Amino acid sequence: MSATTSRGWDRQQMADRLAREFQDGWIVNLGVGIPTLCSNTDIGDRDITYHAENGVIGYGPVLPPGQEDLHLVNAGGQNVSLKPGAAIIHHADSFAIIRSGHIDVTVMGAYEVAANGDFANWKMGGTKGGGIGGAMDLAACAKRVFIILEHTTRKGEPRLLRACTLPVTARGVVTLVATNLGLFAPSGEGFAMRELAPGVSFEAAQQATGAPLLPA
Amino acid sequence: MSRRGKGVGSFAEAVADIPDGATIAFGGFAGPGTPYNLTKALLAQGARRLTCIANTTGGAHQPRMPDIGMLVENGQVAKVVCAFTAATRPTDVLPFTPFYERGEVEAELVPQGTLAERLRAAGAGIPAFYTPTAVGTELAEGRETRMINGREYLLEYALPCDYALIRAWRADAAGNLQFRLSQRNFCPLMAMAAKTTIVEVEEPILPTGALDPDQIHTPGIFVHRLVPIPPAPEALWTARRQERTA
Repeated sequence: MSATTSRGWDRQQMADRLAREFQDGWIVNLGVGIPTLCSNTDIGDRDITYHAENGVIGYGPVLPPGQEDLHLVNAGGQNVSLKPGAAIIHHADSFAIIRSGHIDVTVMGAYEVAANGDFANWKMGGTKGGGIGGAMDLAACAKRVFIILEHTTRKGEPRLLRACTLPVTARGVVTLVATNLGLFAPSGEGFAMRELAPGVSFEAAQQATGAPLLPA
Repeated sequence: MSRRGKGVGSFAEAVADIPDGATIAFGGFAGPGTPYNLTKALLAQGARRLTCIANTTGGAHQPRMPDIGMLVENGQVAKVVCAFTAATRPTDVLPFTPFYERGEVEAELVPQGTLAERLRAAGAGIPAFYTPTAVGTELAEGRETRMINGREYLLEYALPCDYALIRAWRADAAGNLQFRLSQRNFCPLMAMAAKTTIVEVEEPILPTGALDPDQIHTPGIFVHRLVPIPPAPEALWTARRQERTA
């Protein structure tokens, strides 16, 4: 990892920063990986309902070994708890909730995000297979799509780009991106810089980004 | 409702008639609802040229449990229909992946909500439907779309199957099922979509009428064979519970 990408927020801090954007009363869907860390964030008394694609509505924190219920997992296969008022439904009803627009925000990981709001998170270059899961349903139908990802690849190449190079998951849907370097909003021409992580300069962030960064 | 019991004596007996070329749906999402014991019996039974429908081909996590990836390794699978034909983390390699990369098995990659709805449609007498999912992506290339009320939708076809293999928590002898927590996932939809639904059941099978009619998740109309799961280690429970038993 390059010096640029080792700075800034760690995974939990990226999740924390994005979770602080959740508004009172929102139904929030968290994807596999860093997004699941959002449910650990303390956002005060805001009333958030977490929805998992496998039909779990109203789940809480991941439970430690020994306390977990093996019949209950979130989208990442983690054994979570249920909050008062939780409900269990089957997959078709879970995606009915998604397609009918009841999800206020879906938070997902990605390989790439583009300045026009496209993103790619299901297929790498040079492979036949892909892993879509519920990403395309969520991306097409949630009211908002937020992305959390490392700002650059392990080789130091930018993941925030003018246009996606990988097959897209959905077009023009991403409105907010948290990376280890800060918080950014796709704005068409580039990425509007909402906030920089501590110790990260605008120049360093621009250098790690494959599209113009627009100062706040 | 028929009062003749649907209980079958063994997992082997329950899957004995599955022929070569059958289309089989496998329940489960990240563990709960996965029919490990019926899958193990199908590995021993040996039916070939199968089309396997499931969320994933499995095998991303240890300890390894019977899954579609094992059926592929055993030379039993012609095609899979799944929401994952590769792991989401590029560094993870599913056991299925090398067989797919070498062209030894076909795959149809389907978004998870579309997979669920295609199964539901098959079980509901709906031959096809339009969905906004996957519009504008590689998956929609060359396929029929339609503008409805100003938005573009993709045509998707129902996904009927010959057999569904699922796991439930409780059943009565008439085949009425209850699932526990996230065990439900795809299982009720697969039961609807299949001509023959075979269920491995965690609790001892109850007499017909013992379940509250208001609390049935899948009615016995969609269920044909029930096999109670013996205690571990004789039978397979969840991977985590298996780990503890071992």
